[in-house]
Amino acid sequence: MTALNNIGKYFLMIADMFRKPTKWSVMKQLILKDIDDLIIGSLGIVAFISFFVGGVVTIQTALNIDNPLIPKYLVGFATRQSVILEFAPTFISIIMAGKVGSFITSSIGTMRVTEQIDALEVMGVNSLNYLVFPKVIALLLYPFAISIAMFLGILGGMAACYFGGFVSVDNYIMGVQQDFTPFHLTYAFIKTFVFAFALATIPSFYGYYMKGGALEVGKASTTSFVWTSVVIILLNYLLTQMLLS
Amino acid sequence: MIEVKNLHKSFGDTHILKGISTTFEKGKTNLIIGQSGSGKTVFLKCLLGLFPYEKGSIIYEGRVYNNLTEDEKRDLRAEIGMVFQGSALFDSMTILENVMFPLRMFTKQSKSEMEDRADFVLKRVNLDGAHHKMPSEASGGMQKRVAIARAIVNRPKYLFCDEPNSGLDPKTAIVIDNLIKEITEEYQITTVINSHDMNSVMEIGEKIVFLKNGYKEWVGSNKTIFKTDNEAVTDFVYSSELFKKVRKMYQDENS
Repeated sequence: MTALNNIGKYFLMIADMFRKPTKWSVMKQLILKDIDDLIIGSLGIVAFISFFVGGVVTIQTALNIDNPLIPKYLVGFATRQSVILEFAPTFISIIMAGKVGSFITSSIGTMRVTEQIDALEVMGVNSLNYLVFPKVIALLLYPFAISIAMFLGILGGMAACYFGGFVSVDNYIMGVQQDFTPFHLTYAFIKTFVFAFALATIPSFYGYYMKGGALEVGKASTTSFVWTSVVIILLNYLLTQMLLS
Repeated sequence: MIEVKNLHKSFGDTHILKGISTTFEKGKTNLIIGQSGSGKTVFLKCLLGLFPYEKGSIIYEGRVYNNLTEDEKRDLRAEIGMVFQGSALFDSMTILENVMFPLRMFTKQSKSEMEDRADFVLKRVNLDGAHHKMPSEASGGMQKRVAIARAIVNRPKYLFCDEPNSGLDPKTAIVIDNLIKEITEEYQITTVINSHDMNSVMEIGEKIVFLKNGYKEWVGSNKTIFKTDNEAVTDFVYSSELFKKVRKMYQDENS
């Protein structure tokens, strides 16, 4: 019953977010600040993880292919497919649910605890529009971070080939170029946009409607991470079923 | 002036406000006092429109709050200034930006006009030279002054304060109380203060509404509160040894 109540409340929050828009001159600054906090501030960790996980995928694939009938370029092909289809859009989104999601929940939750949200409401500001809408718009740039993750994941695989000598770099590049289906990129970016919306709104929901004090802010951050991850995994399944099958 | 008629508010099965009727007068500091759990904060939040209420009405100079459209409620809220118990300053903004915030949101003034107005109200609350500090760098008393400056920067008709001197030392508390009283008289604002501080009652309680268990138990002023026979009020007022001594001195003088 609580889950159904929360789902209803979540959709009402989304509807309220679009009412009584904040002045554009103020909103513009909020969006730029959120782009800095949520996207630019995450590029470092996204780049680091993508590069090394791309390398690990390459090493694992290379080490598990011992059949001489399987061509060596398959390592590059498998890395590209793993990175573009799942690792960059889905795995990075789960990491972002931890990094960006907990930041959003704790910052909005702290504003709730310290009555800053009440202060906005008393002034006649639509606090949902003021706090959540800029995050949704900022995360429209999330595909930019995912593009970097894709590029660095594949580059990490190439670096693993170069330094580890599992397959030649030429073979790896050939595999990366083999049987490329442009729709796979479309599929990955559609997923990314959907996950971005979940990343902006679910943590905001848990921060905005939290009750209590500092301890509850921590609990709300944990709950928001769990539910954002669950929703991303479920959406991933549904979108894959709809777009690829 | 704000009129409250037969106000009822419940949370689930718990009936918090049980038919409160009173008026808050313009140009006066109106205090709502009572013990913790008496319904003061809920009453204040109903007045502010933060809590919906089941029965009764709140009338702001002829405007019945529950009959207003969403746009009219928003316009009314723009006439309200609020000082929260914990100041509720925006952490991510400097003191100057906090004070300018209502102007940025609701006026079309240029940046320099907004800065001039913010500078004026910061000077009015005796807070000059702290413009570029962050709220976390300001003391409790300074934060309260900033909150008052933010509340009055848009020239509100109504000023609400939720325990404005809680957590402050007695000297700073009196400064804040007097500042609120001065501003109320100067700008002819209807000020409603939620407090359980007896020093505030004595200093600025021009009209006092005493709440007990969600009922309006007594109405008076700082001049009549020490003379009342109402048992609940005397229990509250003379709960400290200091005020018991004050009463004894008062009785000795009169006998």
